[in-house]
Amino acid sequence: MRKSMEEQFPVRQILSPEGKLIESVDGWIDDELALDMYEKMVINRTFDRKSVTMQRQGRIGTYAPFEGQEATQVGSAMALDDQDWLFPTYRDHAAMMTFGQSILRVLLYWKGRIEGCVPPEGKHILPPYVPIATQIPHAAGVAWSSKMKGEAVASIVYFGDGATSEGDFHEGLNFASVYNAPVVFFCQNNGYAISVPMSRQMKTKTIAQKALAYDIEGIRIDGNDIFAVYLHTRQAVEKAKRGEGPTLIEAVTYRYGAHTTADDPRKYREQEKEEKIRREKYDPVDRLRRYLESKGLWDDEKEQALVQKAETIINQAVKEMESYPAPQPEDMFEHIFAEKTWNIKEQQQQVAEESDRQRKSVQKELA
Amino acid sequence: MTAKMTMVQALQQAMELKLKEDDRVILMGEDIGLNGGVFRVTDGLQAKFGEDRVIDTPLAESGIVGTAVGMALNGMIPVVEIQFLGFIYPGFEQVVSHVSRLRARTQGRYQVPMVIRTPYGAGIRGPELHSESVESFFVHVPGLKVVVPSTPYDAKGLLIAAIEDPDPVIFLEPTSMYRALKEEVPEDKYTVPLGKARVIEEGEDISIFAWGAMVQVALQAARKMKEQRGWTADVIDLRTLYPFDRDTIKASVEKTGRALIVHEAHRTGGMGAELISFINDESLFYLKAPVARVTGYDVPVPFFSLEDDYLPTVERVSRGIEQTITY
Repeated sequence: MRKSMEEQFPVRQILSPEGKLIESVDGWIDDELALDMYEKMVINRTFDRKSVTMQRQGRIGTYAPFEGQEATQVGSAMALDDQDWLFPTYRDHAAMMTFGQSILRVLLYWKGRIEGCVPPEGKHILPPYVPIATQIPHAAGVAWSSKMKGEAVASIVYFGDGATSEGDFHEGLNFASVYNAPVVFFCQNNGYAISVPMSRQMKTKTIAQKALAYDIEGIRIDGNDIFAVYLHTRQAVEKAKRGEGPTLIEAVTYRYGAHTTADDPRKYREQEKEEKIRREKYDPVDRLRRYLESKGLWDDEKEQALVQKAETIINQAVKEMESYPAPQPEDMFEHIFAEKTWNIKEQQQQVAEESDRQRKSVQKELA
Repeated sequence: MTAKMTMVQALQQAMELKLKEDDRVILMGEDIGLNGGVFRVTDGLQAKFGEDRVIDTPLAESGIVGTAVGMALNGMIPVVEIQFLGFIYPGFEQVVSHVSRLRARTQGRYQVPMVIRTPYGAGIRGPELHSESVESFFVHVPGLKVVVPSTPYDAKGLLIAAIEDPDPVIFLEPTSMYRALKEEVPEDKYTVPLGKARVIEEGEDISIFAWGAMVQVALQAARKMKEQRGWTADVIDLRTLYPFDRDTIKASVEKTGRALIVHEAHRTGGMGAELISFINDESLFYLKAPVARVTGYDVPVPFFSLEDDYLPTVERVSRGIEQTITY
């Protein structure tokens, strides 16, 4: 009998939900790395919860939470080398921060500040992509040019299950396949594109199988198993750098919360029930903790210290974000072109005069 | 050294020069390699520079523009050919959402210098959707420069300038002008600056603004009216639609006191409206008559059996001149 696609693309797991190793990670993941993964996941989760709260308090704008997807993002971003390129969506701040974007910048982004798009010097982290799947050809293009230049540099591009319905997903995979570009297509399949479940998004049971159409490698992994995420992403990155082409990784995961803080998931799924099961059984952070505990690497005291550390780090960044100098209206005219056109100059001047008038009238009122 | 050449040859020389002198320059598009492009603008370039620099891409406009963005992010200078302007729409999202915005979004950390070349306009009996003139779409998008050559000399100099420009440029090549006229063009490298119009003829009674294939129509109409009525006109080829050459427009209108804009694009929301608005803002009290427009209509560019009725003609432009001067 022919194997089904689910059989051909089994969900690969290294760490069971109970935190037991299914296969050896010797030579790939040592204790230090495992502890680092755990710390990063906890810090990111703390960030995410804090951000949701701050949105409710009106301290930042609409926010896209990622809780539940820490392993997919942290594990994959940890698998990159410094000079690699990362193309995130608006839900991938855990990946961005893991790869080196500052917490402050990410907060600024959600505070409605364009400064939040700027990566640290020397790091290739693109700003969050808002239109679905449009980043995929960019990653293919960067990777393709890395290959042309003879550089051993890989690109990783994040997207969700819904993005695989977009033309840009297929065009990006096709270009990368035709030119054998060193790119990792990293799909976080969290089961829902806002409200539409995977079963209504596609007939296929897996996303990994879509790689077949482009004759590239496709694999399906347990996205809540950070060891599997790290290992398979690392292998894909190394393969890309050896000139062996792109890989499509489908990391099966789940977002606990809403699509964004402006969305109510109770409208389209049994939110409480699903979330409870997911958290109890499949949580990516708890899974790694169970493993660390079983190895004697973790205990309540360490946990408390880490929670404390995470809160301190996040609170510090929040403080910096809230004391960040206010934007000036004239700023919106910067960097539209390398050199301002007359139109931009003229309009910037008008805005400067307008804000000057406003300042003066406020001063007058105060006086 | 100059040689008599068509716009197609001039464009080809521009790309050849840039491919030769700058390793970062690559050409990407459908059928541009072996086939040399459907209008043969890139003919022979793949043979000279290889498949890695003159690239026959898969047939996917969004993929072409999107991967070109990636190339540009990584330090290359892609010169993209979209086979016809009417086929750009799958790539339009990439142009609007990313090509035009990446510099601003990253506060200058990244830039995407690239040129998107595409044949455009009616008048060559093309099939459906091969004759569009939708320059306004691009003029409206912040972060893009929009350039339209009308002669071989300008085509070469403008394309070199566009490739050397640090910002993305939409480069619209009027198909009916590809081989319509030959002129002496320097063999060596030169640039025609973006943002500068060209005054083709000078006169006293009216300023006529046009670009692309409409420049010749405007010129013929101006000459006809001079002959028949003795009126003289400034005939001005805008060459760059964004940012357009405000100084030249203003100086001309204030000299003649009358203006007429000719474009083959649909009338409503067309570039003509923007120019009229500019003239009103800057030079209203110099005007002796309302600014006139001779344009295509608010209909899809018709099947070619009617395209001559859609396009501005020498007769329509002449009538526009007459009505404005005798207002």
